Amino acid sequence: MDTASWIIKALIIVGVFAVTLLIATYSTLAERKIAGFMQDRLGPDRAGPFGVFQPLADAVKMFFKEDFIPAQANKWLFIAGPCLSMLTALMTSAVIPFGDTIRYEEQTIAVQGVELNVGILYVFGIVSLGVYGLMIGGWASNNKFSLLGAVRAASQNISYEIALGLSIIAIIMSAGSLSLRDIVNQQHGFAWNIFYQPVGFIIFVTCAFAECNRTPFDLPECETELVGGYHTEYSSMKLGFYLFSEYINMFISSLVVSTLYLGGFNYPGMDWVYAKLTALAGDTTGHNLATLIGFLALFFKGLFGVFFFMWVRWTVPRFRFDQLMDLGWKALFPLAILNIFFTGAGEMLGYHGFTWIIVGIMTILAATNAVKAPPRKMYPADV
Amino acid sequence: MYSDFGQILLFIIVAIAIIGAILIANKIIRPNLPNEEKLTTYESGEDPVGNANVQFNARFYVVALVFVLFEVELLFLFPWATVFGRPELIAQTNGRWGWFALGEMLIFVGILSLGLAYAWVKGYLDWIRPEPKKPDYALKIPKDLYQKINQKYSTHR
Repeated sequence: MDTASWIIKALIIVGVFAVTLLIATYSTLAERKIAGFMQDRLGPDRAGPFGVFQPLADAVKMFFKEDFIPAQANKWLFIAGPCLSMLTALMTSAVIPFGDTIRYEEQTIAVQGVELNVGILYVFGIVSLGVYGLMIGGWASNNKFSLLGAVRAASQNISYEIALGLSIIAIIMSAGSLSLRDIVNQQHGFAWNIFYQPVGFIIFVTCAFAECNRTPFDLPECETELVGGYHTEYSSMKLGFYLFSEYINMFISSLVVSTLYLGGFNYPGMDWVYAKLTALAGDTTGHNLATLIGFLALFFKGLFGVFFFMWVRWTVPRFRFDQLMDLGWKALFPLAILNIFFTGAGEMLGYHGFTWIIVGIMTILAATNAVKAPPRKMYPADV
Repeated sequence: MYSDFGQILLFIIVAIAIIGAILIANKIIRPNLPNEEKLTTYESGEDPVGNANVQFNARFYVVALVFVLFEVELLFLFPWATVFGRPELIAQTNGRWGWFALGEMLIFVGILSLGLAYAWVKGYLDWIRPEPKKPDYALKIPKDLYQKINQKYSTHR
């Protein structure tokens, strides 16, 4: 291979990592700002104008903080836990199709780390590996809080992984391909999968919350019960890795949701924009500009997803552990299997939006339940 | 030349390099002043009692077992889902391919769903809810006295 394509490959790798890390860094600021906004306070505003240097200050603090490994801990596993967490978080971004193609001197380069023909399977596999980071860290700390947090994290992640996988299978059935780029290209324009797979979308988003250990599923690091959960014993950059990997996971899972259900880099009216741009700026430049707009569309969706994560955090209270398990095994899992059957039948009969029937039935059931339910009793009764 | 997975390997190497660089930089610039107090296991200020490898709820193991069962099911469903809707296969069999594939999968998932139903009915998916314990020691004060005081000073009126 010649030098130019090597440089392009290297630039793509560095670019993907730079974008992911930058977004994750500023997600920490966004989280605190949004929390402040929702609770009617300012949030961080001292480091630079509107607190824009707050992530840098946090990073400096993380770097200069003393780090110690407890005497009872298993030293190498203690270090390996957060590193594995970070590694799995970083690796997922490799297969996300960030945009269409860039044309440059007779070459067509896909705006994607690796165009893998089993892309979604790769994402699913790496997400499954993510639980090892938490489990190893919690086990190696040799602390009761950490161990309980790690066990909770593991059982929560594996419970929701099944419903996650089943909702992905419904997408693959209609797409007929495991490649993320194929799945995106089939959602050209406004033919997004969310309109054909509403149930799958809801299941996938719920499971994404659980896989990222975000509220309302943040039981592994429940402060009131387990101090810090699996990262009780961590400090300095190792704690930073755990916190940072959560933000990377959040961003990547928003991107995956956008890719699978919200059309990826497709947006309504993209053909019109493409025709206008190529007419105005020529074939090559116009194509590249259209790619840039698609890239921005995907980013808008991804960042809205991150905002949604934070919005839910300050809106929905935390589940109890038995409620969490009931939701995963008794609600989402049967629903996901039902979704597959309806998708398959819909594909065979030629109706793509067949799964809306499930939404209809669920809505009717919920409505009748609400009507039939006895009025809520107040205590004491004489209020 | 290298395949797609070669580039994935490059990604992994770069990711490991980033993590290693951050850890080494951190190691160089951070202070390191350990003492015995710092190195003890954190238990909210108490001295830790015993080993941390405590017994935990056995239901975690059951969840892990059920998970393995359905994860294997998922692995079989992934290749099935890619060939399920192939137009050329459907055309070759006059449209019977899709229904046949769907029926086969229905039987497969149905049998496994029976397993889930069994675990559900047997109560392996139920977690014990925290129930507040009522103290059972004998009191000399009659219980309705409490009730009266509660009603007297109740804020709900």
